[in-house]
Amino acid sequence: MPQLPASLAEPGQDGTLVLNMGPQHPSTHGVLRLVLEIDGETVVSMRPEIGYLHTGIEKTCEAKFYQQVVPLTDRIDYLCPMTNNLTYCLAVEKLLGLEIPPKAQWIRVLMNELTRINSHLVWLGTHAMDLGAMTVFLYCFREREDILRFFEMISGQRMMTSYFRIGGVALEPPIGFFEKVKKFADRFPGNVDEYEGLLTGNPIFMMRTKGVAHLSAEDAIALGACGPTLRASGVDIDLRRDLPYTGYENFRFNVPTSDGCDVFARYVCRVQELRESIGIVQQALAGMPEGPIKADAPKVVLPDREKMKTQMEALIYHFKIITEGFSVPAGEVYQAVESPRGEMGYYIVSDGTAKPYRVHMRGPSYANLQTLTKMCEGRLIADVVAAIGSIDIVLGDVDR
Amino acid sequence: MALAPPITDIEQLKPHPALARLMEAIPAAVQAAKFDRDELTVWIDKGSLREACAILRHNPDCPFNYLSDLTCVDWYPSEPRFEVVYHLLSISKKERVRLKARLHGSSTAIESVTSVWPSANFYEREVFDLFGIRFTGHPDLKRIMMPDDWEGHPLRKDYPVEGYR
Repeated sequence: MPQLPASLAEPGQDGTLVLNMGPQHPSTHGVLRLVLEIDGETVVSMRPEIGYLHTGIEKTCEAKFYQQVVPLTDRIDYLCPMTNNLTYCLAVEKLLGLEIPPKAQWIRVLMNELTRINSHLVWLGTHAMDLGAMTVFLYCFREREDILRFFEMISGQRMMTSYFRIGGVALEPPIGFFEKVKKFADRFPGNVDEYEGLLTGNPIFMMRTKGVAHLSAEDAIALGACGPTLRASGVDIDLRRDLPYTGYENFRFNVPTSDGCDVFARYVCRVQELRESIGIVQQALAGMPEGPIKADAPKVVLPDREKMKTQMEALIYHFKIITEGFSVPAGEVYQAVESPRGEMGYYIVSDGTAKPYRVHMRGPSYANLQTLTKMCEGRLIADVVAAIGSIDIVLGDVDR
Repeated sequence: MALAPPITDIEQLKPHPALARLMEAIPAAVQAAKFDRDELTVWIDKGSLREACAILRHNPDCPFNYLSDLTCVDWYPSEPRFEVVYHLLSISKKERVRLKARLHGSSTAIESVTSVWPSANFYEREVFDLFGIRFTGHPDLKRIMMPDDWEGHPLRKDYPVEGYR
């Protein structure tokens, strides 16, 4: 266990008290420890202690073939597995110079936006529950269940999907899948109205969130905030629109921002994003192109099962990819995508072999966590709970 | 889609706002530049790295005001062994640049950029923890992922994967 520095470990200095919030605390959304120095109910100083969930994924990646890293990426930010898959696959495809067929790109956009809705629903439910609104949690998880069923339909897994692969996606979507998603997408805006009816304008919720955990635009940029946390401080940046990837330039959507700089502004931004995301899902369903779902690169992409049984080349390529992997030209890329939490970046260095030389994940939660101290110092201890909820951290993403 | 060969000629890469500004302000510190896979990398002398970051941060035409990422690569056993990697983003101009500083295995100290971007705090602690790079001028340089009494730096290439025997 890390030792507390002497200046904080001794309670009673100037009448303050050191309080450990976490690592086992329901409102820290995982194993996060906050060392709070409090004076009565006011937070004098705060220090986040992390590392309880450190699994050494970056080191593990160095011992795996490129295609074997995909399932590891699911486990980093376990609320948005597809976004992690996407970032990693895009980075490797950029290293390889691989062209992805349009249908695969559109499926990726569709699933990525469903993932965003899934992640935001978990955030909305747990954040509202932290602030005392139990009902919203049940409603959010009702819709989340539908999305998890879609994930199971398309990939066979509810959470650790590993659906995106280097060169495309793993499987053709099953018959009836798009119709089911369409039904959900038609119904979902009504559900968002339902959540908003419970929270937006609710006097208790407003009192717990308005003006709480203030973060100015300058502080947000300086402290490295990203995603909705940054946009709620009035900084207009969304990587999907500004530095488009995987075909996002074909979609029309708004980027919600707010000048509120508080917990309520972050809530408003994310709820607006739910509506924008379902709009993107509708566009993806309406314009879904026909064609292959995997790139034409036999040395990288596993062949179809049918071809393997009938063609010798396919069998040889399959054997080679599984046993030796595929070599990636030497070089380095930094690929960033807009995850539900902000800029998720993968920095991959290749030395020309079949295993990555170095993989670094830039987690949006890790960046957002740094803003917490600024938000909470000088505020009440009860507001800490609202602040943690508002930056939407996932500790798997913080510690990796 | 075939890969385009990387461009390493600094004169040819001058139009990029980051490189142009660096060549104008501190030409002696720019060691090399490479444009590969649509990404610009600039190698900076480790003694001038903080200065280069500050120049780009306050660049009037294209301010690289956001530190996206800070990490390190270990090229053991070749020397200079470490490369500290900085990914900068200009929020207003949507430009990215990657800065790199090479460090010898015998002198793993580099000036901290927390004075330029306070967000570098956690990233530098992580690199210190996992690679053993010392950032001078960092306000609170201690381990962040591993326990405080941990021995060694796990992401170094000479760190035994199954632990010390």
